[in-house]
Amino acid sequence: MTEALKELGALIEAKRPDCVLGYSIAFDELTVDVAPANIKGFVEFLKTDQNCKFSSLVDITGIDFPERGKRFDIIYHFLSMYQNHRIRLRVSVREDEMVPSIVDVHPSANWFEREVFDMFGVLFSGHPDLRRILTDYGFRGYPLRKDFPTTGYTEVRYDEELKRVVYEPVSLVQEYRQFDFMSPWEGAKYVLPGDEKQEEAK
Amino acid sequence: MDGSKGFDDAQTGEQKIRNFNINFGPQHPAAHGVLRMVLELDGEIVERADPHIGLLHRGTEKLMESRTYLQNLPYLDRLDYVAPMNQEHAWCLAIEKLTGVEVPRRGSLIRVLFSEIGRVLNHLLNVTTQAMDVGALTPPLWGFEEREKLMIFYERACGARLHANYFRPGGVHQDLPQALLDDIVEWCGTFPAVLEDIDGLLTENRIFKQRNCDIGVISEQEILDWGYSGVMVRGSGLAWDLRRSQPYECYDEFEFQVPIGKNGDCYDRYLVRMEEMRQSVSIILQAIEKLNAPEGQGDVLARGKITPPKRADMKTSMESLIHHFKLYTEGFKVPAGEVYACVEAPKGEFGVFMVSDGTNKPYRAKLRAPGFLHLQSMDHVAKGHQLADVAAIIGTMDVVFGEIDR
Repeated sequence: MTEALKELGALIEAKRPDCVLGYSIAFDELTVDVAPANIKGFVEFLKTDQNCKFSSLVDITGIDFPERGKRFDIIYHFLSMYQNHRIRLRVSVREDEMVPSIVDVHPSANWFEREVFDMFGVLFSGHPDLRRILTDYGFRGYPLRKDFPTTGYTEVRYDEELKRVVYEPVSLVQEYRQFDFMSPWEGAKYVLPGDEKQEEAK
Repeated sequence: MDGSKGFDDAQTGEQKIRNFNINFGPQHPAAHGVLRMVLELDGEIVERADPHIGLLHRGTEKLMESRTYLQNLPYLDRLDYVAPMNQEHAWCLAIEKLTGVEVPRRGSLIRVLFSEIGRVLNHLLNVTTQAMDVGALTPPLWGFEEREKLMIFYERACGARLHANYFRPGGVHQDLPQALLDDIVEWCGTFPAVLEDIDGLLTENRIFKQRNCDIGVISEQEILDWGYSGVMVRGSGLAWDLRRSQPYECYDEFEFQVPIGKNGDCYDRYLVRMEEMRQSVSIILQAIEKLNAPEGQGDVLARGKITPPKRADMKTSMESLIHHFKLYTEGFKVPAGEVYACVEAPKGEFGVFMVSDGTNKPYRAKLRAPGFLHLQSMDHVAKGHQLADVAAIIGTMDVVFGEIDR
């Protein structure tokens, strides 16, 4: 399996050296890094090339790395039902960068790109209908960014006096509990209460 | 709407008629959940369908980022709540791929057994409620009786009828009692007759055929364009089944046929689902036979850092007690990396894309639901059909909003 993927990765790199920034194989899966500007042409190549024939789009998603300059990774998964193999493409973009939409090549990318836009705020240029998809009508913010709180900013309830649903800022009776399960002996990066005295005593 | 304003031709009395926009759902019995679909109708013909989803959005993926791998497992049940264990399976496979854990044979067989029970659960619900959408009343009553029996098997295995939380990274939570296996075998003896009854009600039924034949025809090109999987692919004649083409677990040991349709319409998809249930029953029987064989005995969990120690060990060994405590508070850590693991869920390819940064919580988990893609093509498939066919198409696409909205 891994041998075949190595061959495939080398083949793709040889055929489209301008698009491929690098490729790696881990856990029997082939990952190819692609420059944002070339993604559309590269996906089209993967779809039509006889050795690749990645005809089905499986998934598009994003990952947020707030500490990185190129903050978002956009991940594409493709499947070939004819050659029976899969591929993953990774595109790194800055927060203000646009990614070319691949809706023209794979119509099924439509909702996936809307979802990535909805969840991460990444814009896709050339998308026919870039609306929010999963969140509420009139929702603000991008929930899957790491700086978005899990509780959100607004809460909804039915108001008996106004006889309608009202939106209010979140008020928590209790602070949202983010448990820290890390072991204090390994992995934890904070100073345990009382441990700071150790320094003073010296 | 009556055209009184745009009265065009006084001589012929021809009137200009605007297209009619209606809201299908969010509370519609044939919407199979909370789907709001804005339909533009020209008379009774659908011109445009715009599904509005997200009414059941719970932010599962966001919640997963702040919970440990084990705590996230029950969320998977709540995606496609019609066949919960199949979703758990994908999650466990992803973790096992990252950690490199080998599942013991008995655990693996039990997983196959319950995945197939899940498939029957799903297809029973789908076939019968789709029949209800097109006007039949009896099939759901008969089908749900069998579903009830299957859910009792669920309950006897894990304690819950629906949200099982039974599969674990490294195997399954607990071993099955022999009596349960015997009862499942007995059920496999009676179920084909029930399936025959449902078959007799629907397959040659004139109304059922009129409502399903040549409705929502899917071609091979459409399968590729819209990223279909599962029955939507097989109904159109492509023998694509992940259990066969990219075998996971121990499916390569099992003998089963992959049924395919010829015309790719709603009726063929119904037939494929019926046949898949028969195949599942055969797989269930094979799995139990293998479980009862001497090679099928043994532990159901790969004992190690990601699974709890045996209860008996905890009574005597301090290390086991510490291990148990640490596993259920801190949880286990998963090596950094990215994996995509998928299973042939009853609805199609259900996948989990997991990004681990080496801590006890997933950095990012993406759940790839087959229904998301199926529903997406609603506009494409329903265009040009009658309004009444929309219900038939939604039913046959097998959408469940737990997994679409996440």
